[in-house]
Amino acid sequence: MLNALDKLMLEKVADLHEIPQGAFNIRKNGHGVQRNTTANIDIITKQDKSGIDVIVKPYTKGESVHIPVIVTEDNINDVVYNTFEIGEYSDVEIIAGCGIHNCGDHKSQHDGIHTFYVRKGAKLKYVEKHYGQGDGKGQRVLNPKTVIEAEAGAIVELELIQIKGIDRTNRETDIKLMGNAKLVVTERLLTYLDQEAESSINVELLGADSSAQIISRSVAQDNSKQVFYFDLAGKNKCRGHIQCDAIIMHNAVVLSTPRISAYHSEAQLVHEAAIGRIESEQLIKLMSLGFSEKEAEDTILNGFLK
Amino acid sequence: MLDIQGVSLEIEGDRGTEILKNISLKFYDKKIYVVTGPNGGGKSSLAKIIMGVYNPTSGKILLEGQDITYLSITERARLGIGYAFQSPPRFKGIKVKDLLKMAASYNPEKVNICDLLYNVGLCAQDYLDRDVDSSLSGGEMKRIEIATVLARNLKVAVFDEPEAGIDLWSFQKLAETFKNINQQYDTTIIIISHQERIMELADEIIIMSNGTISAQSERDIILAGILNTDDCLCSTKCAKGVGQNAECIG
Ligand SMILES: Nc1ncnc2c1ncn2[C@@H]1O[C@H](COP(=O)(O)OP(=O)(O)OP(=O)(O)O)[C@@H](O)[C@H]1O
Ligand SMILES: [Mg+2]
Repeated sequence: MLNALDKLMLEKVADLHEIPQGAFNIRKNGHGVQRNTTANIDIITKQDKSGIDVIVKPYTKGESVHIPVIVTEDNINDVVYNTFEIGEYSDVEIIAGCGIHNCGDHKSQHDGIHTFYVRKGAKLKYVEKHYGQGDGKGQRVLNPKTVIEAEAGAIVELELIQIKGIDRTNRETDIKLMGNAKLVVTERLLTYLDQEAESSINVELLGADSSAQIISRSVAQDNSKQVFYFDLAGKNKCRGHIQCDAIIMHNAVVLSTPRISAYHSEAQLVHEAAIGRIESEQLIKLMSLGFSEKEAEDTILNGFLK
Repeated sequence: MLDIQGVSLEIEGDRGTEILKNISLKFYDKKIYVVTGPNGGGKSSLAKIIMGVYNPTSGKILLEGQDITYLSITERARLGIGYAFQSPPRFKGIKVKDLLKMAASYNPEKVNICDLLYNVGLCAQDYLDRDVDSSLSGGEMKRIEIATVLARNLKVAVFDEPEAGIDLWSFQKLAETFKNINQQYDTTIIIISHQERIMELADEIIIMSNGTISAQSERDIILAGILNTDDCLCSTKCAKGVGQNAECIG
């Protein structure tokens, strides 16, 4: 059922070289095409709207769920609502890539609205990779929205990666953390040509001793544009840290707005934001080891986005 | 031999000053040179002129007879010139082992990355997987910088204040390491330093101040000279034994 192109896309967005182990749901051009569930992880199609419910039983350990989406036709406008129930004290990894291959002249768009309930003491790692290709004039557009509620003692790790081929993206991530819950968000973004990307990450630290760390690194090349909003609100005794770093090249534009707000005297919030060119000392150092200027630049950018 | 012939360097800017003034120096094969002198004297600028970071306003640089004055940094690196920065840059997302592998990639001999770290007094197990970013201390960064130059098979290696930030315990090890590469690869070593103990490694010492060479001679002659100058203006008792506020009172 999956052709060579589909497989390539799956490899790019989910590091899948074959049909994955464990639970998975593959969605193609607006329809589910393949699914597997396990004893501990169930996947159910929503009745009221398009999308799935992924239910991880309490105490499930070391399992993964792959939910890649591939779009290989133009003129597709796919909206999907997925809900994830991550049971108490479970420990799982969810990989949700989206790949668009557009050779046509019309826009292909996928908007995924993902809602997570991470129950008490559960540990979730959520990876979302975006990838686009195809030489048509049609735009490749992805607008993901991620909503996460982390209950007491939950640990949530998010990796949001968009390195290639997406023309327009508008990503919104809203997270609420209860007592002792811990969040680490790693965002990596590369834009080039005329691409535009907007990302807004909003975290509310509601519970005592909750903590959040947001590390965003991006590279903007050519005529591309990036807009970032980070909002960290401390409403209890908590710790939060935003670190955003952008390398700007050519005629690109980067706008970054970090905001920290404290509603509690024991909220400790820090933000660091920097936008700048590649440091010339870094280039000189690598060139003095024998690298050409281009090799030096690629090496620095690759490391930065790793 | 690295032959610097009448090199001057002017840096454009509001001041438009001449940083190096008609410098001529010959660095012979397999020798160890120490360049010293007051802060701002032009030592690092000389190193950058050798590496190609700065291009001279006038003068010529020859490496084994080949004119390299207009070669890029990359081309000079591939001809066997290396430079350990005075303040090395840090890299986000690049691990110590990655950087050392990059450094060793043009060395035809197989280089053991762990031995390199050992030679600069770092335990490989603790450092290989660390990022070369701001999480490293100043001294750690400095040692890794030195290791990137030791990784290469060089004709000329310039170390800019390698001892800065390195604790006393490791100092001796570093000194031995310099001796070793000097012998192993027949590398001409140029060390910029303010330390007498580093100067003791030198075959020859060069003193730079105000963008010129104020003295150049065999180690012992220069060392004797440095220790005996009579223009000490120390406000406290110093190594030369001059009394407190010798000439500053009244
Ligand atoms: N890029 C530059 N722009 C402007 N001035 C410079 C530049 N590079 C060096 N200089 C100036 O040239 C002079 C020599 O600098 P250099 O770094 O070579 O000194 P140094 O001998 O290495 O000093 P130190 O012992 O403090 O390291 C200094 O006055 C310095 O301010
Ligand atoms: Mg200097």
